[in-house]
Amino acid sequence: MTGYLVRRLLATIPVLGLVAVFVFLLLQMTPGDPAVVIAGDYATTQQVEAIRQQLGLDRPMLEQLMAWLGRLAQGDLGVSIFSRLPVTNLIAQRIEPTLVLTLFTVVLSIAFALPLGVLAAYRAGSWVDRAVMGFAVLGFSTPVFVVGFLLVYVFALGLEWFPTQGYVPLAEGLFGSLRSLTLPAITLALLYAALLARVTRASMLEVLAEDYVRTAHAKGLAPQPVLVGHALKNAAVPIVTVVGVGIAALLGGVVVTETVFNIPGLGRLTADAIMRRDYPVVQGLILLFAGVYVVINLLVDLSYMLFDPRIRL
Amino acid sequence: MRRTKSLKLLAATAIAALLLQTGIAAAQSNVLRIRPFGDLKGIDPVTNSDYMARNHGYMIYDTLFAMDDKLQIKPQMLEKYETSADGLTWTFTLRDGLAFHDKQPVTSADVVASLKRWGQRDGLGQQLFANTASLEAVDAKTTRLVLKQKWGLVLDAMGKPSSGVPFIMPERIAKIPATESLTDPVGSGPFIMKKDEWVPGSKVVYVKNPDYKSRGDAASGLAGAKQANVDRVEWLYMPDAQTALNALQAGEIDIFEEVPPDMLTLLSKNRKVKVAPQDSLGVQVVFRMNSIQPPFNNPKIREAIRYMVDQNVFMRAYVDIPALYKDCPSFYMCSSPYYTDAGWVKQDLAKARQLVKESGYDGTPVVVLHGTEAGITNTFSSVAEQLMRDIGLKVDSQAMDWGTLTARRTSKKPTSEGGWSLFISAPTGADMMDPLGHLGLRSNCDSSWFGWPCDEQIEKMRTEFAVTPDLAKRQEIAKALQLRANEVVPYVPLGQLHLVRGVSTSLTDIPKAAIPVYWNIKKTN
Repeated sequence: MTGYLVRRLLATIPVLGLVAVFVFLLLQMTPGDPAVVIAGDYATTQQVEAIRQQLGLDRPMLEQLMAWLGRLAQGDLGVSIFSRLPVTNLIAQRIEPTLVLTLFTVVLSIAFALPLGVLAAYRAGSWVDRAVMGFAVLGFSTPVFVVGFLLVYVFALGLEWFPTQGYVPLAEGLFGSLRSLTLPAITLALLYAALLARVTRASMLEVLAEDYVRTAHAKGLAPQPVLVGHALKNAAVPIVTVVGVGIAALLGGVVVTETVFNIPGLGRLTADAIMRRDYPVVQGLILLFAGVYVVINLLVDLSYMLFDPRIRL
Repeated sequence: MRRTKSLKLLAATAIAALLLQTGIAAAQSNVLRIRPFGDLKGIDPVTNSDYMARNHGYMIYDTLFAMDDKLQIKPQMLEKYETSADGLTWTFTLRDGLAFHDKQPVTSADVVASLKRWGQRDGLGQQLFANTASLEAVDAKTTRLVLKQKWGLVLDAMGKPSSGVPFIMPERIAKIPATESLTDPVGSGPFIMKKDEWVPGSKVVYVKNPDYKSRGDAASGLAGAKQANVDRVEWLYMPDAQTALNALQAGEIDIFEEVPPDMLTLLSKNRKVKVAPQDSLGVQVVFRMNSIQPPFNNPKIREAIRYMVDQNVFMRAYVDIPALYKDCPSFYMCSSPYYTDAGWVKQDLAKARQLVKESGYDGTPVVVLHGTEAGITNTFSSVAEQLMRDIGLKVDSQAMDWGTLTARRTSKKPTSEGGWSLFISAPTGADMMDPLGHLGLRSNCDSSWFGWPCDEQIEKMRTEFAVTPDLAKRQEIAKALQLRANEVVPYVPLGQLHLVRGVSTSLTDIPKAAIPVYWNIKKTN
């Protein structure tokens, strides 16, 4: 177990290294130039050139890559080309809203989707099943900005229960923070719960056809203990995998939702940095996301052991 | 007994909650929340010509001179200024009691260092220093400028309202080379930036400068009294206009800058919100051609474009509220003292087609850098593309984001190698007022704005304008320059637009200035 953990953690280093080089090269090939964005719309070519020189953007690509990798090896992600603030600070400012939104969304989704998925599988073929699957299709196919604006229209502008936009930091109170994130979390949870409900149903249907479930029923166990104690536990592996991938995707940024609700999270930071060609920030973020994916995959793998003791790592 | 205690506790909690609510309401009334038109990307208004950096500069810095609502340049940080009889020596005396945010007094050494840094980057500043023999601090309050030769634009340069504003900063900061961006936002303006609360891409926070010494005279444009009437100003950047509209309607923000015209109807239905011009001058939309590459390196085709344009057609495609646009048959803003319609032609598509035919046009496509993000650029580009097709030009419309557009337009290569032929932009009116500061008329080849027009006559007239002190003579030069510009066509103005902002009715005393500024505003519940 310990050996496995060490091996997996060590394996992240070459993964992150490859991601770093790939992202650097990709950004260099992308059209756009941070110098012209800094200089502004009404700068002359000479002013743009002066800024390019000052930022070292006129140096050969290999030289820029080596300099960046050298700093990275020392744990220095550099400073933003625009704000001149350290990239680590910029990322740190944005982690809290994204983390709270992700957790809120995941909790809402699981609380909603798991019972629905189990119920749909238990009543497969019935109107309940069709209603749950109908909800899943609706959740998948409705764009998040449509859901977001509808929720704002009804619950923020109409009923005035929630703010239309913005994020209240946890430091200003848990209630205020959760209130500010309720509509965005519901918006995201609709999509995510739809996916989770489908996966739960499919996985449960498979398990419910197993002999041991039939045996449990034959023993005279009530439906609930059979569904939760026997079936759901055995159906958990694919569900946990989807939950893990979902968390990673949510942490990686949900640009549209963050934009609609004006949440200063990692998604908007990523989109802004890409639009401005703020290379150090983009590179720092991609490394962070790669790390998040690696760690979450590891945690998901470890969680398999909890649900299925036959799995050994 | 226990019940009485519970009731007392309940009453105390209710009162505490009420007080808290009252406190929150009072605190909110002292916070001005603004959705600015853009994000503050960097805080150095000298190295960065972005308009948001300029607006940030007005929050935290002060200026020696400022433009009033009649477009006159007035002393701002100065008690007085004097000019020698020969017009070569200028003496500037600072007002008493001026101090930076770090409590250090503003001295003439700060003035000298700030002007020198600005003079390295700003076009007008460079011309001022090219004509300067010396600039020195005489004593703590007095600065002396000695010119090499008579130059008529000293006040215009120092009171420049838009891009390249000569803000005064502490000497220790102003000594940072003009090729490096500043990181310390210490100024002497009416607001102090809370850098620790700055979240780039989301939020900028300013607090009232309690030590700011305002002028005693009435506020007028960017000049006169500057009072910070709110304790805190928050710029909350929201990239999505619909989100900003929702926030304004719900009372979560007080000002929404650059409201898209199609949202104005919605705002007009809300009694808690009013619509006001964003600045007193507006913007001029420009049809900027690449003068060094085919097909627009052919003067005849540029002339055809003049006959192709009807400003009204372009502007009505963008906004159908007459108060928000203006046909202005001039290269200068209609409110400029140099406005003239000399040599202006009316739209004549037949003549435009004929000129294209006579030009020997070989079918080289007009590569349009069609920015799709900004409403003005997108709409005006679409209209331009159709009209160009109508007069016989081949059009290659390339849709792109603003970041790509601004990078692509720096290329001087032919269109077949990633170059370009046309982009549409909308500089603020303050940058399009006179021949010298004019962004689009500058025709000094490589040193001019993207498109690089090159014309000796225009440059000669701009130089003559700079050394002519008499207004009437300057107007003559401006007129002659317009006639020449009509021949060589460095660009074509597509009209003037008034950008508007949605404003909460709880706000009063909003300055009517050439630039959106936030002093003097009062907020009531």
